[in-house]
Amino acid sequence: MSIARTISTAAIAAAIALGAASARAEGVKVGMITTLSGGGAGLGIDARDGFMLAVKQAGDAGIEVIIEDDQRKPDVAVQLADKMIQSDKVDVLTGIIWSNLAMAVVPAAVAQGKFYLSVNAAPSALAGKGCNPNYFSVAYQNDNLHEAAGAYIANAGYKKPFILAPNYPAGKDSLTGFKRFYTGELAGEVYTKLGQTDYAAEIAQIRASGADSVFFFLPGGMGISFMKQYADSGVGLPVVGPAFSFDQGILGAVGEAALGVKNTSQWSKDIDNAANKAFVESFQAEYGRLPSLYAAQGFDTANLLISALAKADISDADAFRAALEAADFASVRGDFAFAPNNHPIQDIYVREVIKEGEVITNKIVGVAIEDRSNAYVDECKM
Amino acid sequence: MSTLLLIEQVLNGLQLGVMLFLMAAGLTLIFGVMGLINLAHGSLYMVGAFAAAAVAAATGSFLLALAASLAAAAAAGAVIELGVIRRLYDRDHLDQVLATFALILVFSEGTRWIFGSFPLFLEVPDYLSGPVTLFGGIQYPLYRLVIILAGLGIAAGLFLLIGRTRIGIQIRAGEADREMIAALGIDITRLYTLVFALGAALAGLAGALVGAIQSVQVGMGEPVLILAFVVIVIGGIGSVKGALVGALLVGLTDTLGRSFLPGLFGLIMEPAAATTVGSALASMAIYILMAGVLLFRPRGLFGVA
Repeated sequence: MSIARTISTAAIAAAIALGAASARAEGVKVGMITTLSGGGAGLGIDARDGFMLAVKQAGDAGIEVIIEDDQRKPDVAVQLADKMIQSDKVDVLTGIIWSNLAMAVVPAAVAQGKFYLSVNAAPSALAGKGCNPNYFSVAYQNDNLHEAAGAYIANAGYKKPFILAPNYPAGKDSLTGFKRFYTGELAGEVYTKLGQTDYAAEIAQIRASGADSVFFFLPGGMGISFMKQYADSGVGLPVVGPAFSFDQGILGAVGEAALGVKNTSQWSKDIDNAANKAFVESFQAEYGRLPSLYAAQGFDTANLLISALAKADISDADAFRAALEAADFASVRGDFAFAPNNHPIQDIYVREVIKEGEVITNKIVGVAIEDRSNAYVDECKM
Repeated sequence: MSTLLLIEQVLNGLQLGVMLFLMAAGLTLIFGVMGLINLAHGSLYMVGAFAAAAVAAATGSFLLALAASLAAAAAAGAVIELGVIRRLYDRDHLDQVLATFALILVFSEGTRWIFGSFPLFLEVPDYLSGPVTLFGGIQYPLYRLVIILAGLGIAAGLFLLIGRTRIGIQIRAGEADREMIAALGIDITRLYTLVFALGAALAGLAGALVGAIQSVQVGMGEPVLILAFVVIVIGGIGSVKGALVGALLVGLTDTLGRSFLPGLFGLIMEPAAATTVGSALASMAIYILMAGVLLFRPRGLFGVA
């Protein structure tokens, strides 16, 4: 065998070893089910890009990621999860953005002994009675940002907020979470139709209600529509919402109508720590855009996984679980720990939408709740 | 509930109705003339909004953006009519639904491919933004007033086109008897392409007008499409007059239901339950309206038996 042949054979072998890391004993196979097409694709793409950035930065950490598009459909997500567990033999699942999809996939996956690390969706049902030792939410518990908005409204001295959310489980959880930390009088409480695009009727009600502030949770396009119409209506009351409606991917579409709005988030690109600075810079360098909340969550999720892999082998589930629980990684959020039901304990910030040069973005203006865990810890028996 | 709030909500209902009419008019024309169920109508609405957003971003002119939305949607409409729809006229409705559903997917992914996954920015131009004060001190957004007037203007133009012009006569004749009109020497295939492009242009214009106060994103057309189908079922499939009446009925029912039903239930129930029941019922109001209309007029208000 010639030298050239030997070298090329070695190169091919190395390439195969890199590509098929699962063949190695300490490798791990990750199945990522997320939304990459249709209206909600921006969120899934950000979560994926954040996750893959961390995997890339870790170098050869022995992680193989299989990425599939759930099209935001629960039935598709379930099929993908089955395929990944049955034929791809993944060890860890992650990636789901929407709570209804998580409810369809997570219980069955963890029941089969797989680990599930949530990059976003964290419905209360999976935090309380339905909690599972193999299910970790790296983002938050769904109620957290709404609770923080309630706390902010109460602390800022508003006396009569008008609150609205879509009429579906996450919307109800949102207003419940808000009222957990704001117990005063409400100018009005309205549930809108899911997917509603015209908010003239609600804005007229806000105007007539004598409210002194507005809290709304309208994820995705609903929030963009509401904010544009609200700004055009001239009502002009201060607005507070969870970060979802004011995140980087969306702000460009809302434009200056969003300026000055306060929103609550567990992450912001100006959180002052080394990990976050490096993340924001490298994300921009890699993808040419500012990272969003979802990108930060994806990035942290991958880093949590990488930190656990460094400590324990995935084949030893108990040791691996303990390594995940330790959360021994440099979170872009700074302090990060898991509560007993595997949901984060973290600070929730208040951000304000500002214009930085030509870019509309957020900056932190305060902390809404420090070291917030979640309301469902006591219901979780595991 | 004050009278002023009621008037403001009626205006809001009219505005929603007018927008729905622009969508429904094209849908009902296409169904009436060609007997085609076009699920991809919402995609043409999206094409209009994206074309407007792209042109507005490039030129800064809202009027150019509106012109672009008309042109792009009409062109997209003509292209799919020539390429796909034309083969469907003689097939049954299930084939049409399948093929036009496929077109939705093609348009959605194509748009995402060109414009990316994040919503685009399109704003109300400065000279139309902000509220104006109406009689009685009602603060009402100027842009919404303009939409109401523009929509009613377009409706009037459409009625003139159909009722008073040669093309309109051909369209009505095509609706009544397509073999006969072909036998009389009218180029029916050209007429079909024209009607399809006209319907598409109206949808595109609606997308651009609404895009300025809503989210310009992939999949924005489908929720509106469902409402537009409700409108044409209420109005009577194929009738433009029915589409106008149906659209205004749906717009008013939806807006007034959303604003006042929770309050009405509040008079007889405790507040939490009233909010829940009121919101749930408000979401159903237009479908209850549709069921009610179909009960007494199975072919819709202006449908031909």
